[in-house]
Amino acid sequence: MTRKFLPPNAYSGSGPYQLFPFRFMVLEGDRELITTDWGDWLIVERGTVQRIVGRQIDLTDPIYPTLRAKQILRDTSSSPLLDIAAAKLRTKKSFLNGFTKLHMFVVTLRCEHSCLYCQVSRQTEDKVRFDMSAQTADRALDIMMSSPSSSLKLEFQGGEPFLAFDRMRYILRQAKSLAVERRKDIDFVVATNLSVVTDEHLRWCRDEGVKISTSLDGPAFIHNANRPRSGGDSYERTIRGIAKAREYVGQENVAALMTTTKLSLQHPVELIDEYLAQGFRSIFLRPISPYGFALRVRRDLTQYPISEFIDFYKRGLAYILQLNRQGIQMTEIYAKIILTKILTPFPAYYVDLESPAGAAVSAVVYNYDGDVYAADEGRMLAEMRDHTFRMGNVHRDQFRSLFGNETVAGLLASGTAEALHGCSSCAVQPFYGADPIFHHATQGDPVGNRPLSGFCGRNMTIIKHLLDLVALKDPVTETILLAWVRDKSLREVSIGATA
Amino acid sequence: MKLAVRGISQHVLRRIVARVATTPATDPSGRVELVYAAPSIQDDELASLDGYRALLTSDPHPSKRLLAHGIPIIHSTAIDHLKSGDVVVLASDGTVRTVYRPDSGSNFLFATDRCNSNCLMCSQPPKDIDDSFRVEENLEVIRLMTPAPTYLGITGGEPTLLGEGLFRQIEALRDNLPNTRVHMLTNGRRFAWHQFTDRFVEISHPAISLGIPLYADNASHHDYVVQAPGAFDQTILGLYSLARYNQDIEIRVVLHALTIGRLRELSEFLYRNLPFVNHVALMGLEITGYTPHNIKMLWIDPAAYQAELEDATGFLHSRGMNVSIYNHQLCVLKPTLWSFARKSISDWKNIYLEECAVCSLRNRCGGLFKSAETRHSEHIKPFLMTSGVSERGPIGTSAGG
Repeated sequence: MTRKFLPPNAYSGSGPYQLFPFRFMVLEGDRELITTDWGDWLIVERGTVQRIVGRQIDLTDPIYPTLRAKQILRDTSSSPLLDIAAAKLRTKKSFLNGFTKLHMFVVTLRCEHSCLYCQVSRQTEDKVRFDMSAQTADRALDIMMSSPSSSLKLEFQGGEPFLAFDRMRYILRQAKSLAVERRKDIDFVVATNLSVVTDEHLRWCRDEGVKISTSLDGPAFIHNANRPRSGGDSYERTIRGIAKAREYVGQENVAALMTTTKLSLQHPVELIDEYLAQGFRSIFLRPISPYGFALRVRRDLTQYPISEFIDFYKRGLAYILQLNRQGIQMTEIYAKIILTKILTPFPAYYVDLESPAGAAVSAVVYNYDGDVYAADEGRMLAEMRDHTFRMGNVHRDQFRSLFGNETVAGLLASGTAEALHGCSSCAVQPFYGADPIFHHATQGDPVGNRPLSGFCGRNMTIIKHLLDLVALKDPVTETILLAWVRDKSLREVSIGATA
Repeated sequence: MKLAVRGISQHVLRRIVARVATTPATDPSGRVELVYAAPSIQDDELASLDGYRALLTSDPHPSKRLLAHGIPIIHSTAIDHLKSGDVVVLASDGTVRTVYRPDSGSNFLFATDRCNSNCLMCSQPPKDIDDSFRVEENLEVIRLMTPAPTYLGITGGEPTLLGEGLFRQIEALRDNLPNTRVHMLTNGRRFAWHQFTDRFVEISHPAISLGIPLYADNASHHDYVVQAPGAFDQTILGLYSLARYNQDIEIRVVLHALTIGRLRELSEFLYRNLPFVNHVALMGLEITGYTPHNIKMLWIDPAAYQAELEDATGFLHSRGMNVSIYNHQLCVLKPTLWSFARKSISDWKNIYLEECAVCSLRNRCGGLFKSAETRHSEHIKPFLMTSGVSERGPIGTSAGG
């Protein structure tokens, strides 16, 4: 061999290293969390950040190349590779590509339920007053089709949309023909309580490719308490509806959501068992929205301190993990959303936990009367005569005036966590977002005060809990969490014959 | 298996590329691309040899008339390994190098001896020579490849150093062999220049993939292994440049004492930074080229790194990355990794050891490099039908390769 080889130190950096921007936070157990905007993170022992900043990390320290690989520090051995950091950040924010994709149509406010936590439903036969007119629907569709994204989602909302079946049919027909003209790919979903659903309705869902999203709050004693209707048989009707809906559109096209009330808090295990018994393979342990007009009346039944929700959530999550360890597949969706941000370089596409917040830029609501709201919570506030988040009206506005106005600019300014005081320096910020509507409703200001924020209190606690689960490095737990994130079975994400 | 043999040349004034015919071609017009290979050639055949590009014979005493005929000839050479359809290159020093075998799955074009890296474990050490003649030669080889291979490698050296000379070969592959899958081994560094990537992408080869090595999650470790400052940055930028055009990329990691230590960190880096790659190959070391020279710093018995290999494979697989293990024997691999093992060693340098003869899993196993005769894991031992298989559980069905 004539060629000469040089020793390792010929290729290592020299001189003091430089820092990339990063965030840090002390965790329990004498640990520190370090995160970057581009999704790289690590947990280190207490005092490491001090050493990093003090330029005391030695080249030979095994953490040194790790910090360099994660673009937390850099030295002369390499260019900063800023293009790579930018590409990772762009990937993290790719949920923004194509702008507003979810368009919700409130086809009617009429409903035969009077759920504890519902802000909007009306019990009336007056179709004219609370149904979306064809003219309003036409205008809303025109605005929806002006959205730049080539793939859109149209969600029928209520009230109970099937009480306005004809209008729903009309909207779908128009949407499909406009989609051809404007080259859009549209997914359809209907949010229904399934109580009044008929074979005709379900045949339509099947033939037109409309997915079904329903509400199941747990076993009968919880569900019927949360969701009263005349006859007190919401649970029985929902269960029958789910079975029938599955026959028509298939198991995979029927999803259920639950809302956690004060009563639910006491029964996480029963709730999860109910979802299992009904054949669901995922459950979203979702807190109640702290606003809405029914809440003022039924406050004792619906409101609870964050700490109670956290206890409920942790008990539920532990039970679900236990089920998975026994080979029973069940995903907790809240964890799945957060873990997608923690464990993968990709976004979670869940508009309520992103930054910028999804209101207006990811999702928009066309109310029955033509008013346009940034997110469902925006229209709920409007029912309490707070029109802060009304973007405009389909009869007066065009796409540009709706999405280019002060309301949306304000939502972006107060919904981009990277730019908010309290968030901009918070180490868990890359794992969730900001929620201007929540803070407006609870603190009277869309930015709000972080230390007192229920949104931050809940999310930070849950994120730290999930980080602890990940940091355990228990292979079985890790496999379960990855299976959730990737929508796969345990077997598919494991190697060998162990799972 | 012999890919290069040597005889005595006559009238071979320059390198000659030709397709082998072991029986006389009946149509004289077809002989222009052929080299006729025969154990002996009689004087009365001379009249029927017109038109061949060259002749090959194993005859150590060819007749004076044959040698005086003027046609390029190499005699006193082995020809038993040659089959009709093989493409060979004849050189004036009497070497007969086989560059294409239609019946093999291990064909490749050798682009150049030159390289801009100098990896500590290079199996084909670079030479700083002008071998640009290979461009025209390879173009001729491509033209002669019939029937077309289903798979063809491009290797070196570093093929991208040829620049336009490489692109002309890829264009020829696109035009002449559109159904042949092409896999090019490159360090990816030149793709850091966008104009270079643009030119490559413009060719729009329908089925080309790039195998690009990455040996660490950080510049100083990688640059040390490839002995080239700045290589890590260029390779990473090259990968991103290729990703902008959705190119089919494979990451290749050679496992040895210098890369095992941070294999988990490298896996995390791949997933976080290069989730767009289509395949990750974790490869056993080949004991040839520079490797024997650097063996003290490189060698680690594969049996000793099974925990790290299982960890990295599991990490990538559980995150949806397509991962394979190359160049490892089943008896050395953990059974959990068997379904990731591929028969990856080219046929002409693929061997099994003496003890493998009785192994009941020999057909499933990729075996060893020929060079492993000098150094291999100390844990090679045959599976015997009675004990081995039952002890180690059933065999997955998804191996193949």
